[in-house]
Amino acid sequence: MESSQRKHAAAEGSSVRPKRSLKHRLVWLVDHLKNEWQLYVMLAPAIIWFLVFLYKPMYGLQIAFKDYSIFLGVKDSPWVGWEHFQTLFSNDQFIRAFLNTIKISALNLLFGFPAPIILALLFNEILNATYKRTAQTIVYLPHFISSVIIAGIVTTAFAPTAGIVNTVMGWFGLDSIYFLTRPEWFRPIFVGTGIWQEAGFGSIVFLAAIAGVNPSLYESAVVDGASRWQMIWKITLPSIMPTIIIMLIIRIGNIMEVSFEMIILLYQPSTYSTADVVNTWVYRQGLQSGQYDVAAAAGLFNAIVAFVLVMVANTLARRYGRTSLW
Amino acid sequence: MAMNMNLYSRGDKIFALATAVLIGLFTVATLYPFIYIAAVSFSGGFAAAAGKVVLTPVDGTLAAYKYILSEPKFWRSYLNTFIYTIGGTMMSMLIIIPAAYALSRPQLIGRRFWNLFVAFTLWFNAGLIPFFLNMRDLNLLDSYFGIIIAFAVNAFNIILLRNFFESLPNSFEEAARMDGANDFQILWKVYIPLSKPAIATITLFCIVSRWNGFFWAMVLLQSEEKVPLQVYLRHTIASLSDDQEFTATLSSQPYGPESVTAAIIICSIIPVLIIYPFIQKYFEKGILLGGVKE
Repeated sequence: MESSQRKHAAAEGSSVRPKRSLKHRLVWLVDHLKNEWQLYVMLAPAIIWFLVFLYKPMYGLQIAFKDYSIFLGVKDSPWVGWEHFQTLFSNDQFIRAFLNTIKISALNLLFGFPAPIILALLFNEILNATYKRTAQTIVYLPHFISSVIIAGIVTTAFAPTAGIVNTVMGWFGLDSIYFLTRPEWFRPIFVGTGIWQEAGFGSIVFLAAIAGVNPSLYESAVVDGASRWQMIWKITLPSIMPTIIIMLIIRIGNIMEVSFEMIILLYQPSTYSTADVVNTWVYRQGLQSGQYDVAAAAGLFNAIVAFVLVMVANTLARRYGRTSLW
Repeated sequence: MAMNMNLYSRGDKIFALATAVLIGLFTVATLYPFIYIAAVSFSGGFAAAAGKVVLTPVDGTLAAYKYILSEPKFWRSYLNTFIYTIGGTMMSMLIIIPAAYALSRPQLIGRRFWNLFVAFTLWFNAGLIPFFLNMRDLNLLDSYFGIIIAFAVNAFNIILLRNFFESLPNSFEEAARMDGANDFQILWKVYIPLSKPAIATITLFCIVSRWNGFFWAMVLLQSEEKVPLQVYLRHTIASLSDDQEFTATLSSQPYGPESVTAAIIICSIIPVLIIYPFIQKYFEKGILLGGVKE
């Protein structure tokens, strides 16, 4: 007991760092490591993992400026400067992919952002707890289903003759459409699928914000004879506006992030014109055609644009909400 | 709320009814595709191909399931998914939990630097190509271990758990130190038991993302006997719609490509449905835990 107390005292003492001579600091450091080495042992595996799997690829990004050869490797391939970037910006397909990324994200934002808010407001109006619980359980579910399955469902449902969508259109005498081969249908299907999959799960954040609204506001509104509709507009929405704005800023910051896995699963050559985004282009150009250097340059360009957007969004969100999300 | 019910005007009652109906519609719209796929999976090949299935199976048959369940590749990929899910989740926890604990300790030297070191990877990513080339240089292509280790950690989970550890009162740690406990013991006997909901949330998120993992498994694995369920599912769906020969062999059977696709989808959803109640118990709390501060 006594020795453990001393140890505890030592541990406490070591958390105050002396600002004296080098010798004192060294003594303190040795003492600190003696007491706290376990913390560094705990941290080490994660640090090594980050270095090997995320930071080493950042070092590998230099191939964006090199004529990459598999035999020479990352380090020894010759430098070519900005050549790959010049290639990129004169490549119509890359420019199309870049613009598509922004267009698809903008559509996602326009239709996908309000959906969970509306859903949360509706959920809040449901008085029957069982009904509300059941509905929530169901609408959260698609978030946990893999994109391969979602794409499989979409492919089956939108199939030209066998699919339910064309079956229903047939009831109304409409001609059958092979949706997934038509460029004009790709974005509506993609954005709609996204809403179907994520709106429910996205409503959780807003429901939590609604739960935090001061109940006395509603009580006094009831006394004043306000209707539920008025309460939504005058109390609930203004109260959760900070959450809405922060979520909106973050969404805008992540505009370069399009779920390219889902696009790879749903697009085909005939819909590339509206569906191809930067990451799907990088995938085809790099991993399928082996043009690693040009593809890495495209990825680097994408990552830098995304990084700047996220940083700006974070700063704005922090300034707005004082607490940033990450 | 119940007391206020009497105070509701007629307009409010109509409003309440309208919201209930709208929520009901959205719920049905969410559920319907699954019901439709289930109905197709139990339907006969001709009915499914002709688009006759709407809500319930037409020419009900288990033929599609018999076909898929007798396919050794299906079972192999199912087993692989279990290997990746269990191995990967254990690896994640082994790295994430101690790291989050260390990062939550104020006495850690360079704590701010290490936190930034972790968080930076959320904002900047080297991208697909350097990641792939790195995996190749590490000799981790087409390897079970490669898949398990390369996706074991993500910064978001570490930050989420670190925030949770930081929110626990210091008094627990102090009491344990008084009893002579070291950091390993404090983490194991105090912090982990106190953080069960947060750890459960992260574990479930790991399980789901492992179960659903597709893209990198498709890119990194070449051997057919190593691919997980999602990749097998994708190959099968693609070959069913593209491969004329395969489709032709199926058309002489009581099941068709549509019902086989649907049956595989149902088989791979079932495990998710089984753990979903556990996920739901935790994720509402979990998702809110994450979004507090850096």
